[in-house]
Amino acid sequence: MPPSPLSSRLGLEPYQGPWTKQTTSHLLNRILFGAKQSEIQSFLTKGLTLSVAELLNPTTTIPAPPLNEYNSATVIDPDVPMGSTWVNQPTGDGNINGLRRASYKKWLTGVMIHQDASIREKMTLFWANHFGTEADTISNANMLFQHHDTLRKNAMGNFKTMVKVITIDPGMLRYLNGYLNTATAPDENYGRELQELFTVGKEHSLQYSESDVKAAARVLTGWRINASYKSYFDSTRHDTGNKQFSSYYNNKIISGKIGQAGATETEELIDLLFEKNDLALYLCRKLYRWFVYYYIDETIEKNIIEPLALILKSNNFEITPVLSALFKSAHFYDPIYIGCQIKSPIDHVIGTLRKTNVIFPDSITDYANAYVHFNNMVSQLTSLGQNIVDPPNVAGWPAYYQSPEYHELWINADTLPKRNKFTDLMVQTGYARNGKIVVIQAIPFAQAVSSNPGNPNQLIQDLFELLIPIDIDATIKENLKKQILLSGQTTDSYWTDAWNNYQSAQNIINYNLVNNRLKVLIKYIMNLPDYQLS
Amino acid sequence: MKRSTFLRNGLAVLTPTLISGNPIHVLNNHSFIDSKALERVENDKVLVIIQLNGGNDGLNTVVPVNQYSQYFNARTNIALPEKKILTLNGFEGTGLHPSMTAMQNLFNEGQLDIVQSVGYPQPNFSHFRSTDIWMSGSDSNEYIDTGWAGRFLDTNYPGYPDNYPNEIDTDPLAIQIGSITSLTCQGPMVNMGMSISDPNSFYNLFDNAEQAVPDTNAGYELNYIRRISKQTNKYATRIKAASDAVKQQSVYPNTSLANQLKIVARLIKGGLKTKIYLVNYSGFDTHAGQVVATDTATGSHANLLGAVSEAIGAFQNDIKNQEIEDRVIGMTYSEFGRRIKSNASGGTDHGAAAPLFLFGKNVRGGVFGDNPTIPNAVTVSDNVPYQHDFRTVYNSILKHWFCIKEADNLQIMIKQFPSLNLFNASTCAMEMANPLFEKNAMIVVYPNPFTNQTRIEFKTDGGHTLVQLLDTTGTVIKVLVDTSFSYAGMNSVTLLGGQLLSGVYYIRIQNGLQQYIKTIIKL
Repeated sequence: MPPSPLSSRLGLEPYQGPWTKQTTSHLLNRILFGAKQSEIQSFLTKGLTLSVAELLNPTTTIPAPPLNEYNSATVIDPDVPMGSTWVNQPTGDGNINGLRRASYKKWLTGVMIHQDASIREKMTLFWANHFGTEADTISNANMLFQHHDTLRKNAMGNFKTMVKVITIDPGMLRYLNGYLNTATAPDENYGRELQELFTVGKEHSLQYSESDVKAAARVLTGWRINASYKSYFDSTRHDTGNKQFSSYYNNKIISGKIGQAGATETEELIDLLFEKNDLALYLCRKLYRWFVYYYIDETIEKNIIEPLALILKSNNFEITPVLSALFKSAHFYDPIYIGCQIKSPIDHVIGTLRKTNVIFPDSITDYANAYVHFNNMVSQLTSLGQNIVDPPNVAGWPAYYQSPEYHELWINADTLPKRNKFTDLMVQTGYARNGKIVVIQAIPFAQAVSSNPGNPNQLIQDLFELLIPIDIDATIKENLKKQILLSGQTTDSYWTDAWNNYQSAQNIINYNLVNNRLKVLIKYIMNLPDYQLS
Repeated sequence: MKRSTFLRNGLAVLTPTLISGNPIHVLNNHSFIDSKALERVENDKVLVIIQLNGGNDGLNTVVPVNQYSQYFNARTNIALPEKKILTLNGFEGTGLHPSMTAMQNLFNEGQLDIVQSVGYPQPNFSHFRSTDIWMSGSDSNEYIDTGWAGRFLDTNYPGYPDNYPNEIDTDPLAIQIGSITSLTCQGPMVNMGMSISDPNSFYNLFDNAEQAVPDTNAGYELNYIRRISKQTNKYATRIKAASDAVKQQSVYPNTSLANQLKIVARLIKGGLKTKIYLVNYSGFDTHAGQVVATDTATGSHANLLGAVSEAIGAFQNDIKNQEIEDRVIGMTYSEFGRRIKSNASGGTDHGAAAPLFLFGKNVRGGVFGDNPTIPNAVTVSDNVPYQHDFRTVYNSILKHWFCIKEADNLQIMIKQFPSLNLFNASTCAMEMANPLFEKNAMIVVYPNPFTNQTRIEFKTDGGHTLVQLLDTTGTVIKVLVDTSFSYAGMNSVTLLGGQLLSGVYYIRIQNGLQQYIKTIIKL
């Protein structure tokens, strides 16, 4: 074991090594919430360049919006019938908004489980963590949906555009009190977080000053939310004086403007922030930590972060070129980074469901059952420390930023046993509702993973390659084969015969002989500490 | 169907009053801890189960020396030399494999039960299926997805694992060493046992060898997760403390089985309240070359049996020195025995019934049952028919070792089974056997040999009585009597055998303490 985290000497030069199952899995596991066998096979044949191009350019449409699945004997949404979407159907009813927010979380879970083979959902989560907001504080479900919809639609777009849109996004205006920020009662909340967390960061010695926070807050005065939950600029609330920035911003003055022109000050402010090289460095560090590893030393700063920042700026803050360079780099495929991320709860829960091809009821035609099952997963995520759409604060989840532990914060004495319990549950009984069971179907899973599941060596090898990102000692595999698939024997054909018997006669006894062993095997692999890596 | 539904529905059909009358099932989570401590039978008895994976060759383990020539003719290439077979005090017709001196000593000291020809009615020759049958305690044509020990633990520790461990039950209910947790301890909801052989978490409590992490960042993070994993297992501290509490143990041979039993002895002595330990030893699937041709007393099977014998001998010696032998018994089993006739490869193929050992200071000692009959002209499909149903051994352990409540018996065993008199007198062991009839007089068949039909007279002590007809593959092909008698005495049944092919058959009777088998011949 290395005594401390390692950093690769390799830079952004293109990866020239072979395109293998392992490199494909590595790329996909970082870009998706856990790659399925079918996806790995598909992208293995495409090669690196085409794979990255496809993964960064989602072509599928954004899933249909969340539905009213929450009507009950006691609560009925008067504005939306069951099975119809509540999006764009305003309501002022707090109770209904609560149900809709919950509905959003269930829907989002379903979207993540059924994500397409693109980076869209992982980047949407990146932005939801980057521009941290809490659903309960936003309160209004339409604003909540709109906020995350904006993140999703701009997920692979332009960072500057994203900051401009999010700055006047109703959900964000509500969350960081922007809508209360007026000339007479300035509220510094957004002006501060805009600089500290969303753009230039605080990781450098030369920093913006408190006066810059105040100046930014004054620039941002006047934004409000209307009755349809859209933002608008109210010039009567705008501070029309000049705003002086510090030497960090080259003593820039944003001149106060009267009337609707006051709104353009916001764009000026954002343009000013984007002049700072710190902004590009800050975002690229965050992207690096999100997709590669948390450890950044001087070498990585120089070889990776600074060149990425240059790409970001020279492409006018388009995100895709940065990620494309990173995902094609020799650095990204350095073996020291394979499997080095501790899974987030989303990676663990959604990844387990995806990798094992767990089937959920259809989220449109059988939405009532589907949303209940999605909700079970929301509860799992929450209990594991990642209440989606509800990070602990504006900074997002600490595991993504808190030095020096970073992602190790996900794993503790409480959450590790719970993670094992979750996979145990999914392997053993799953969740049942109205006769629909959401569970890992061990036999179809084995068939999907392995080209030759009747061969115990091949089956175990294929399962490990899919489920565990690092190499496992051959003696452990041999032991698992012997102890589980062969029930203590050494003759491989005992498993082969059992498998073939089931294929030829699918009765309960043959089924259980195969299914029970597979379940024990899958459960065991998922209980290995190694399964927590991605 | 969920396990609980399956089992409880099944039981509800059999014994509706038992379910509703069992207070354990109506207690809720908050009150059961105190209540169950009063409800369940408290004792400190321990069972160690040794699984011999692969199907042990019973005829070369416990040898029917009273039929040595038939035995030799059936397996000339692997038959043990008559003079090397170990003798058993008081049982001249039966001997042990020459490598089993330690178990011979235990036998002669009265610390070993040999239960002959243990099996079940319709033998299954698949390792997997037969193992499941043994672990679940099912009939061979029924599927039960809980284990017999799991059901036993479930009756005494309801609700597990919620609210466990707690102040009363501080320790794992069952521990499996050296393998994956098996069906044996599967309860209606969860597995009642825990494995401490996980190579990445528990095994290194006893053995510091652990797979090295790779020299990458993944290795760095894996090390972190392993550390948390070790810290967080709720039983880890207790297990480690128990293990550490024992500073000195007797000498064990360095075999995997002995190492496992050594851990078991340490944990028992160290104070764990665990009721059941499971260990296993593999390699008994001896299809070829089970002996050295020039000296059939040696070879792979001899090594296996020697290792079993030495490990059990060392274990008994250790627990005697540790002064815990009063409360520990052990049992060996294998999923099946092997064919009577050896094959041309110097091995034996999958078979049916086989002997089973129980060991410990508190077993009664002796050979239970008769040597299997070796046919004069043995064919490749001939098997040892079962004399003792394996579930009668389980039932004996439950009733006369663990002292379960009578009310729990059916819930654990699913059906009613007799029990054997396998243990010394203790709080719940049965009184010494005093059957009304000598076993040899239990069945009289006349005529024998027969042509079309024959009359079977059998004696019963009263109660449930089973009379079956088995063929030479060891399979029950007809049930002649399956009823409960309110009296003791003679009964008879006529076997209409006109349809049977000529050859050897067996009549088996199971009643009270007796399970007996008699050879008949159809002309």
